[in-house]
Amino acid sequence: MMNGLWKLTWVELKVFMREPMGSVFTFLMPAVLFVFVGRALRNASTEEFDMTDWVNTSLPVTLTILIAINGVTSLTTIISIYREGGILKRLKATPLRPHTILTAHVLVKLFITAVNMATLIFVGRSFLGVGVQGSLPSFLLAATISTVSILSLGFVIASFVPTARFAQLITGLCLYPLIGVSGLFTPVDSFPIGLKAIALVSPLTHAVSLTNGMWEGDSWANYVPELFALSVTFAICMALSSKMFRWE
Amino acid sequence: MTNSNIIEVEGLTKRYGRLTAVDGVSFSVRAGEIFGLIGPNGAGKTTSMECVEGIRKPDGGRVRVLGMDPYAQSATLRDRIGVQLQDAQLQKRIKVWEAVDLMASLYSKPVDTAALLEQLGLAGKLNDRFMNLSGGQKQRLFIALALINDPEVVFLDELTTGLDPQARRAIWELVEGIKQRGKTVFLTTHLMEEAERLCDRVAIIEHGNVIAADTPAALVREHCPEVSVSISCDDAFDADEIKRAIPNIEVEVERDKLMLKGVGEDFVTSVIRYLAQHDFHFRDLHTHRPNLEDVFLKFTGHTVRE
Ligand SMILES: Nc1ncnc2c1ncn2[C@@H]1O[C@H](COP(=O)(O)OP(=O)(O)OP(=O)(O)O)[C@@H](O)[C@H]1O
Ligand SMILES: [Mg+2]
Repeated sequence: MMNGLWKLTWVELKVFMREPMGSVFTFLMPAVLFVFVGRALRNASTEEFDMTDWVNTSLPVTLTILIAINGVTSLTTIISIYREGGILKRLKATPLRPHTILTAHVLVKLFITAVNMATLIFVGRSFLGVGVQGSLPSFLLAATISTVSILSLGFVIASFVPTARFAQLITGLCLYPLIGVSGLFTPVDSFPIGLKAIALVSPLTHAVSLTNGMWEGDSWANYVPELFALSVTFAICMALSSKMFRWE
Repeated sequence: MTNSNIIEVEGLTKRYGRLTAVDGVSFSVRAGEIFGLIGPNGAGKTTSMECVEGIRKPDGGRVRVLGMDPYAQSATLRDRIGVQLQDAQLQKRIKVWEAVDLMASLYSKPVDTAALLEQLGLAGKLNDRFMNLSGGQKQRLFIALALINDPEVVFLDELTTGLDPQARRAIWELVEGIKQRGKTVFLTTHLMEEAERLCDRVAIIEHGNVIAADTPAALVREHCPEVSVSISCDDAFDADEIKRAIPNIEVEVERDKLMLKGVGEDFVTSVIRYLAQHDFHFRDLHTHRPNLEDVFLKFTGHTVRE
């Protein structure tokens, strides 16, 4: 079965790369955004309105989260296309299990995320003079943990959405509001109680906090609650998705 | 039922919401035979077959394939059966060799894929993307995928739909080859010619019910035994006289055309003997033996394609 997983992952990666517009967009967009937004905000900064800190820390964290969300949208869209087109039904007639199929797609997304993170760090250093303030491996590990946890939301959505349109709609509806309360733009502590509760159960909030901390070079010991929350999200979503998985 | 039944279906029922697509279907498929399920559109062929394949959960009844419950024991069964679905798709941009290589890696005893693709005429298409294949090429790829694990039972849902006559014949030979290697084949088809040529036994299904099941020849003999002889002639014809000469004959006269219908192995012989004895001159003579199409027509009241 492992053989099947690696073969499927490799095939899915090749199939993804053959999508002409999709792959260029996916690979270049975060890096391009980083350089352009970073430079624009720096140039616009004045004494009273200084965005330098935001560019140096929050921008790379924001982009890390956006890369993960892009991964979720892509995951749910592809699986729903497979479902709509009867590809999943054909796979059902083989010894492949739902988790092998989802895992293969997650591995593809993780690979793309890794490439994205590498370009992000490279262009940040070369064109903006912005880099990880702490240890690079720690930040990358934090980004990976966050991405896997956020992608697991995608598992749940991908398990049942019948069509690609519906997948994109529901992914947007679920994730974009969560970005708003993730603490990227406004500190979570300033929220009213209701929003705060949502923020606390959302993996995005914990992902933001963790990647932010590791970017700034904080100690892992201060992020036990985040790590716990991200793991619980992952475990719950895995269980839910295997319960809800629809082949057609 | 005996142990030589590879597939046993008893009282199979499947509902989609309020629609009962399969309503208490029973049949069995014997080891080493080609069994065909035939019926009009929406009769429940695909649904029945998918329940037998274990990719759909029946609402009622008992299904056994190779002695196993195909839904509950699907993990074990999948390695031993080969499946071609009616409207399957693959990843648009997957290449033929990638699909074949991937599928082969999932089974415990894959066949020689190069030989299989050669046999199905796909050897020159290995690097083509799935979306760029023609309908018939896709169909042949799916048949290849159904055979990739050297299965004991092969399920083929409308295997030659959309194929040109040449490709169809090639597929028929391939299916006969599968049988000769001792495998069991369960297929559905819309083509009565295909069913007659390939199937050892067929079941006719309509509105989710099996209405007849037997060998094609026995079905024809039992349900449409009538042979007809049609004669074009200028001579005057005495219907009463031939009725006296040949018992149980039916005669229809239509201008210069004469239609004689009767039952039995030597009906045609007796008609010809009568014509010769009476020195009857005719311009043309056709005989028509009913086939599965006629049986189908009789049962369902319409042709398959309607
Ligand atoms: N997934 C589904 N959901 C709801 N209804 C379905 C579904 N699949 C089939 N049906 C309905 O069940 C009935 C039987 O369909 P089925 O596909 O088994 O017929 P069939 O004999 O294979 O027809 P065809 O010759 O057109 O392939 C049809 O009335 C069809 O509309
Ligand atoms: Mg069908």
